[in-house]
Amino acid sequence: MSIGILVLVILALAAAGFFLGRNRALAAAGGDPRKLHSLPAYYGRTVALFASVPALVLMAAWLIVQPELIENRVAGQIAQADIAEGTSRNLLMSDVRRIADALDQVHLRDGVAESDLPALTPEDPRLRTRLSESGITATTAITPSVFTAAQSYRSLTDAAEFWRGIAVLAAALAGFAFAVTRIHVEFRARNVFERFVLVLLIGSSLIAVLTTLGIVLSLLFETIHFFRIYPFQDFFFSTKWNPQFRGGSDLGIWPLLWGTMYVSLIALLVAVPLGLLSAIYLSEYAGPRMRAYAKPAIEVLAGIPTIVYGLFALITVGPLLRDYFAQPLGLGNSSSSVMTAGLVMGVMLIPFVSSLSDDIINAVPQSLRDGSYGLGATQSETIKQVVLPAALPGIVGAILLAASRAIGETMIVVLGAGAAARMDVNPFEAMTTVTVKIVSQLTGDTEFASPETLVAFALGLTLFVMTLILNVAALYVVRKYREQYE
Amino acid sequence: MTDASIPHTPARVSLIAPDERTRKRNAAERRFRAYGLAAVGVGLLALVVLMASILGNGLSAFRQTYVTIEATLDPAILDPKGQRNPDDLAKVSTIGYGRQIDAAVSAAVARAGIPTDGLTDKQMSGILSKEAPAQLRNKVLADPSLIGQTVPLRMLANGRVDGFFKGRVSLASAELDSNTSPEQLELAGAMRAAGLMEVGFNLGFITWPDASELRPEAAGLGVAMLGSAYMMIIVLVLALPLGVAASIYLQEFAPRNRWTDLIEVNIANLAAVPSIVYGILGLAIFINFAGLPQSAPVVGGLILTLMTLPTIIIATRASLDAVPPSIRDAALGVGASKMQSVFHHVLPLALPGIMTGTIIGMARALGETAPLLLIGMVAFVRDYPAAPPEGFFDPASALPVQVYQWTQRADPAFVERASGAIIVLLVVLMLMNTAAIILRRRFERRW
Repeated sequence: MSIGILVLVILALAAAGFFLGRNRALAAAGGDPRKLHSLPAYYGRTVALFASVPALVLMAAWLIVQPELIENRVAGQIAQADIAEGTSRNLLMSDVRRIADALDQVHLRDGVAESDLPALTPEDPRLRTRLSESGITATTAITPSVFTAAQSYRSLTDAAEFWRGIAVLAAALAGFAFAVTRIHVEFRARNVFERFVLVLLIGSSLIAVLTTLGIVLSLLFETIHFFRIYPFQDFFFSTKWNPQFRGGSDLGIWPLLWGTMYVSLIALLVAVPLGLLSAIYLSEYAGPRMRAYAKPAIEVLAGIPTIVYGLFALITVGPLLRDYFAQPLGLGNSSSSVMTAGLVMGVMLIPFVSSLSDDIINAVPQSLRDGSYGLGATQSETIKQVVLPAALPGIVGAILLAASRAIGETMIVVLGAGAAARMDVNPFEAMTTVTVKIVSQLTGDTEFASPETLVAFALGLTLFVMTLILNVAALYVVRKYREQYE
Repeated sequence: MTDASIPHTPARVSLIAPDERTRKRNAAERRFRAYGLAAVGVGLLALVVLMASILGNGLSAFRQTYVTIEATLDPAILDPKGQRNPDDLAKVSTIGYGRQIDAAVSAAVARAGIPTDGLTDKQMSGILSKEAPAQLRNKVLADPSLIGQTVPLRMLANGRVDGFFKGRVSLASAELDSNTSPEQLELAGAMRAAGLMEVGFNLGFITWPDASELRPEAAGLGVAMLGSAYMMIIVLVLALPLGVAASIYLQEFAPRNRWTDLIEVNIANLAAVPSIVYGILGLAIFINFAGLPQSAPVVGGLILTLMTLPTIIIATRASLDAVPPSIRDAALGVGASKMQSVFHHVLPLALPGIMTGTIIGMARALGETAPLLLIGMVAFVRDYPAAPPEGFFDPASALPVQVYQWTQRADPAFVERASGAIIVLLVVLMLMNTAAIILRRRFERRW
């Protein structure tokens, strides 16, 4: 039974449960809702929840666990001898899935009876056309053990899907029956229903924790895997990045970290003064009309997707910098450079710095300003000597957040900074960053066996830890600061 | 008198003319003010330049050069058996149709009396898109009765010819180009003067799928827009209920203890995790562990859901917080349970804020590129995904990823396409944000 139909059946059951539960409760009270503990609809809702939620949870769990279990069993059937040099069990498993898919097609579309399928061979013309449709052209590559594995993969999947339907329906019916039989006049339906809903609410708020857990675990596992096949001192202390897809690569993180830091530094040098000064101007000097138009206009910069900035760097800023600065100064002739990415990223970060600083400057109590004016200070002296020092912790928090953005930014550097891993001080030279290399090492590759792809997880973990530290520090500083003036 | 011992400072000469020090301080004040104004100006200028660059490069993607000629469809080549049997017709490849087009172009040029400068038929039809024979073939297969007739055809011109009319290609650059020649471009110019070629609105840019490296003129956003729309459906269906439920718990029910504190710090951090890390999560968990297909909108949708959740939770909590406690107290006072007071009174009042937050979160998700690169949405997809729900598992592209893909191609015509795609993306984002602003203005209540 397909998932869609199963979900529809469960929902239909829940709807039926609602009406049945409500009517049954009314009947138990002799048609007088005043005798019931709760409003009649609560009895119906309780039945609907008991019928649907456990069944849906079971189905989701089954969907996650089933492929793992079946693949583990089937993978054991592939003979060790068939795993040729240069492939892995995982690669063969994707062949197994394709063959199983082709067998399905032969059964469904060519009308071959289920009982004839085990007798088919890979050379059978019907199977051959279906195999080439699902992406296997060389049938000679299919060894007998892989083919039998595919056959048993298919039969196991069929059986599992059959039992999935049975189990899920049984759970739905059991929940349904359990809730219906409990209905009587004294049943506290509203309390039960509300407790059930509360559990669902708690479950939803745990998704955030699960996401973090998923991020940390997936990064950690593959990183450990990576350090098993690649020495960690070479990763952390080498200054050479030179991946070779035939093995023997140098995967030192320093050139990437250098590029990341350099681009972020330029971005912050652009964004912090501009953002801070515009925040000061807009909150202290600008009249209400200017504020009403300029503030949202600057915040539009924060709503523009980063791919747009990336394209801007690639087609406008990069060539401009190359033709008017780098080439006349003899500093290089690459249009993608640290400077290009840094400048564009700086523009992207202006609204981050300005809107956060704006909030913080506005939170400085007016009495401090009035005191300063009373002593005869001008407005700029007040800002420089009273407001900014008072707001400093908050502004530092804003800068830390902007720095974390800059380090994790991907599309601008992919399109603007280049792909050459080198450590250079010339800002008009193309360099690369951690995020660029994560993209280039992982794009279109899901067989995590070689150090060249696994390194992306170690890079990801490094990135995650760096941004986490910055974020936590920023949150801490800002929170501390808020308490100060509240 | 002791006062006499205090050194006498000279009295200020005038109240109207400021002294040296005051002038300096006032100048510093004006300078500081000017710096601030300049910073605001630079920010606004950057926005204007960015928009001008994208519009300047991309607006021409919405116009495209078309060739209008009459072609006689020769039955001897297209249907040698004369049966009009669809299976037989399907056996004729695009090469057969290409010959028809070659003949039609040279006939049309001769009829218009344009000198051909010794160009062969093949070279002359080179001003048409390489996609043209396939388009003609599809047209004939859809309506076999056209065979043997003389039909008017409106076909795409080659990307270089298109670039010539848009000013991207010049006669000098064509000299060095193996894909076109100055003679071909001059012929195209003459054909345009004769009315055989025109530059018109390019609806195909919105509806067609992507095209290969050599056919920029036929590349469109159809598959990418469908993919993005599918992902937005998934984000809306999953992130809105989950986010609202989580915020209701945290804001209205959760006790203040270490666990809920942990969840709160967690959510604040998730909002700042780099998007590429979500891509790694999706690759490791959804594709490798759960075995979902690559390039599928369902995986992209799940990743974007996780990324949007913190935004929705933060917005929802803020708008729940803005509902005054008197509403809750009144509901509790007339005998509602805590759950009833939240679902019957607080939540409806917070709804405009929740919708605004959701739209803004989805707008951000729509423009997200980096995580989608990791889950294989960069694949070259020419088939439209099926209707949902099966279509959620079909390979598709996404708007921002399509932009990235086009920037990776050599032909400069794709820069125009990429900028055009960004214009489409920005228009959609603008509509979403306008909707959010209208919702806020129209329904938000100040207490």
